[in-house]
Amino acid sequence: MNTEKLIPHLFRTESRKISSVLNKHFGINHMEIAEDIVSDTFLSALETWPYKGIPENPKAWLYAVAKNKIKNYILKTSNFENNIAHQIFQISEISTEIDLSERNITDSQLQMLFAICHPSISQESQIALALKILCGFGIDEIASAFLTNKETINKRLFRAKEKLKSEKIKIEFPSENKVEERIDTVLLTLYLLFNEGYYSENQDTVIRKDLCFESIRLLELLIENYAHKIPKIHALYALMCFHSSRFDARKDQNNQTVLYQNQDENLWDKALIEKGIFHLHLASKGETASKYHIEASIAYWMTIKQDSKEKWEQVLKLYNLLLFQQYSPIAALNRTFALSKVYGNEIAIAEAEKLKLESNPFYFSLLAELYLTIDLLKAKQNLEKALSLSNSNHEKEILHKKIAALSFQK
Amino acid sequence: MDEYVLIMRHENATGQVSPEQMQAWMQQTMDWLGGIAAQGKLLETGNGLSFDDARVVGHGGVVTNGPFGEIKETIGGYVIVKADSVEEAVEFAKGSPVLQGPGNTLEVRKVAKHDFK
Repeated sequence: MNTEKLIPHLFRTESRKISSVLNKHFGINHMEIAEDIVSDTFLSALETWPYKGIPENPKAWLYAVAKNKIKNYILKTSNFENNIAHQIFQISEISTEIDLSERNITDSQLQMLFAICHPSISQESQIALALKILCGFGIDEIASAFLTNKETINKRLFRAKEKLKSEKIKIEFPSENKVEERIDTVLLTLYLLFNEGYYSENQDTVIRKDLCFESIRLLELLIENYAHKIPKIHALYALMCFHSSRFDARKDQNNQTVLYQNQDENLWDKALIEKGIFHLHLASKGETASKYHIEASIAYWMTIKQDSKEKWEQVLKLYNLLLFQQYSPIAALNRTFALSKVYGNEIAIAEAEKLKLESNPFYFSLLAELYLTIDLLKAKQNLEKALSLSNSNHEKEILHKKIAALSFQK
Repeated sequence: MDEYVLIMRHENATGQVSPEQMQAWMQQTMDWLGGIAAQGKLLETGNGLSFDDARVVGHGGVVTNGPFGEIKETIGGYVIVKADSVEEAVEFAKGSPVLQGPGNTLEVRKVAKHDFK
């Protein structure tokens, strides 16, 4: 790898490790110190490596430079502002030695994950912070992932950091009796981060895939430390594996969406499916079924392409259970689709009409699907309604295609 | 929006069913409740009430076995729904598989919230 490619690569994989350790070292009040030192360190690499060549062990080089910069920073601050330095850090003495061992890197990342996913921080900010600090994403990349501009993301990050400070959130492991509750917030953030990648409007497949794999990576940190006690971590992991297995099958060569029923099963990642099954088994050791258990079980059935009575009866049952736990329009719509597979379209249409989700484009897409075998005109009218309600270019494109296909049939 | 309890009453219930019947019954019940939940109107899936170990405690502390002796109807379970009107709650009740049994009924009752102060 040449310098041009190596530095951005290392930035992605190493900056988050260094900054987690530094954040842990200096505390949440001084996140900008960590940020400055990390960018300084990479700046040094950018300035030196092209001329002196890439060091033998680039990672160790970065760690050594970062350590030096910290030492200098602390000495400088304490020389010139002696007492003030102690005051701002609010501790009698801050160590100049930074522990960049693997263990401390993992622990710091985990503790940082808990700090960022604190219940007092808004969901949206948690995700942006996680991407910036724990995944090493640049502002441009985060803005692109959320389909918004840099200013919005900068503001969001600024507000989130202020909140972390004002709430005096500590970078530490949650206490034994709070673990489960805190993990719930972390899991929800990772679940949303994953969905952001999986269902994003963003056409950039690389970024979308990155979001998914980053959430999987962060979840792995939790698995190692907590999953033996909290099986739903395994369940969420299984869910992510099952979904990710279809990543490459969902787009054709022209980056057009390929719907589930038209996907080539051979493109599904069998290794990920196996991994998902393994973790779903581990997840079943607990007594309670979380929504992740239920969603992972549904996702499992969707890894079997072949339709069968058993498949759809199970999926319907699981959607019922999911709705018993918590109502959501998308679960209601999916349940009705499963119902049509078990009891036929006429019964499903009657049930669908009771849902009254008249501002939801997917409601009309579902009705259109159910009318396909019964009344083509109604199918088309429903597709047109869905089209008029849709805000997503991606979805509109699919609807246009379906309408065109119907007009052709008539 | 009010809360309504749907109380299932069985006529001549014995509590004796085959495992196959039980499974079919569970599936139908789940699908019925799933339909209500899909409308965001299911408050509690409630519980079935076992026909075993039933006792009736009467005036003066007289205890009798089960409610099965003198009354024909037995309460088999309940669910709690949200509805805009009693008519809507009645529509939910109509879908219950309990009603497949002749003589069985569902009683729809609005929850009157106690106002303890």
